Amino acid sequence: MATPAALRFFERQARVYRHTWRGSVVSTFVQPVFYLLAMGLGLGSLVDRQGGPEGLPYLVWLAPGLLAAAAMQTGAGEGAWPVMAGIRWVKFYQAALATPLTVRDVVLGHFGWVTARLGMVAVVYVGVIWAFGAVDLLSGLAAVLPAVLVGLAFAGPVTAYTAGLERETGLSSLFRFGIVPLFLFSGTFFPISQLPGWLQPLAAFTPLWHGVELTRWAALGLPTAFPPAVHVAVLVVLFASGVWLSMVRLTRRLVV
Amino acid sequence: MNAYGYPGSVMSDPLVEARGLVKRFGDIVAVDGIDFEVRAGEVFGFLGPNGAGKSSTMRMIGAVSPVSAGHLRVFGLDPATDAPRIKAQLGVVPQEDNLDTELTVEENLYIYGRYFDLPREVIRRRIDELLEFAQLTERRDSRVEPLSGGMKRRLTIARGLINQPRLMILDEPTTGLDPQARHVLWDRLWRLKQQGVTLIVTTHYMDEAEQLCDRLVIMDHGKIVAEGSPRELIERHSTREVLELRFPVGVEPPPESAYNGMAKRIEILADRTLLYSDDAERTLAELSERGIHPEQTLVRRSTLEDVFLKLTGRTLVD
Repeated sequence: MATPAALRFFERQARVYRHTWRGSVVSTFVQPVFYLLAMGLGLGSLVDRQGGPEGLPYLVWLAPGLLAAAAMQTGAGEGAWPVMAGIRWVKFYQAALATPLTVRDVVLGHFGWVTARLGMVAVVYVGVIWAFGAVDLLSGLAAVLPAVLVGLAFAGPVTAYTAGLERETGLSSLFRFGIVPLFLFSGTFFPISQLPGWLQPLAAFTPLWHGVELTRWAALGLPTAFPPAVHVAVLVVLFASGVWLSMVRLTRRLVV
Repeated sequence: MNAYGYPGSVMSDPLVEARGLVKRFGDIVAVDGIDFEVRAGEVFGFLGPNGAGKSSTMRMIGAVSPVSAGHLRVFGLDPATDAPRIKAQLGVVPQEDNLDTELTVEENLYIYGRYFDLPREVIRRRIDELLEFAQLTERRDSRVEPLSGGMKRRLTIARGLINQPRLMILDEPTTGLDPQARHVLWDRLWRLKQQGVTLIVTTHYMDEAEQLCDRLVIMDHGKIVAEGSPRELIERHSTREVLELRFPVGVEPPPESAYNGMAKRIEILADRTLLYSDDAERTLAELSERGIHPEQTLVRRSTLEDVFLKLTGRTLVD
């Protein structure tokens, strides 16, 4: 039985992770612990004096939003540096394309691996949230799938973006002017109803906001702004167009 | 051999066949309508300076660069429609190292074998042989980064052999290596040749091409300017011997007319003068009779370098 070609590329990614998983696991654990301590408990103690959002303790309300934001950062990161390494720093994309693998196989294997990574990050994150007592385990795990979807909705377009980059400086700009503002203003730390009126529709167009709505709905049963299917659809479309555009741009770049 | 055990047309079909092959990048024509055939078991060379179109040709053969115009078949297959099937039987050593620096030496071979969908046991067995062949057995668990340039190139060749290719294409395999590493590498290629692996090699080192290639083409500005075995090319385009003269720096070398009747061809280069003759010793004797006293003289056989100079009016390595 032939192994699907995309899975062979997935195997390469997994093999590399065997060398780096220790460092990665530590940061996967430490990051949620720090955020939940500082924001959830520290800042939360101030917020809760006036009553938390939706009548919930701030920590409880915040945690699913942080989960979505962490998925965004992981997804965007996986679409940035490993892809730059693939086409420029290490050139393992070119090496793979000299074998029977095609651009399509490489792209699908890449996103397969990103999905696996997002799954790991989200499960660990939920475990930490649960340990903080901010969610019961089953509801928390229900938020893993939406979180993975948020990550993919970023990994797709960011991969396509990186695929066309000449210099890596484009990546730090993306994070500085794209990912960080989204992290701060997409309803993770405060409801977007707190934003000035003219900014609110803008925030509602950011992909992370759709993700935050979904994770809060899945973990806490809070009502969503639109039906959940609409939020899911937005994220799926973002991911799918990212995958398609990644194939187009990588072909244009590597098969010349 | 065909199914009946006789040498048949299947065997004599060329592995690579190009007719009027063209590669364009926008307005730039990198490969300008070339014809060639590579047959099973031979070592075929592309010689030429940087920018002659050698790498573009190799990438088209490797089915990673679409053909702009003309006809190209590899193993009788069309790269435009059968790229994965072609690549499955190909070993590729690219000009620029693209070993996986995130993996160890052994893992580089293992993952590459997996790309070809080889069973794990088969890969394990071949890794042992290939590490031996590449003289890297002791570096098995090392990362790629600390390896020397020569080791990296040998690992790249070993990686290209993991699928036991019918044809191996090597683009400038020795460029950038020191003479010792170059020597080791060419020894490895010589072994492959003896094992009957078909090789296509590009190089701008004429001495190497002369020793290794059964047949070669000389490329310049995207075109093939000559084709043949090294010996044929030298016989056809040069004399048997060459007398090389060097004059002291700052001294104007004698003009061509000074050598009237002494040589079949005269080349006055920036750093030396070349007199092409079938008996260079006699030419040398005549030289002092005419009162020409260079600082240094050298009698040598004609090489492909001389063929290149004749055909293009330029030296190859500048």
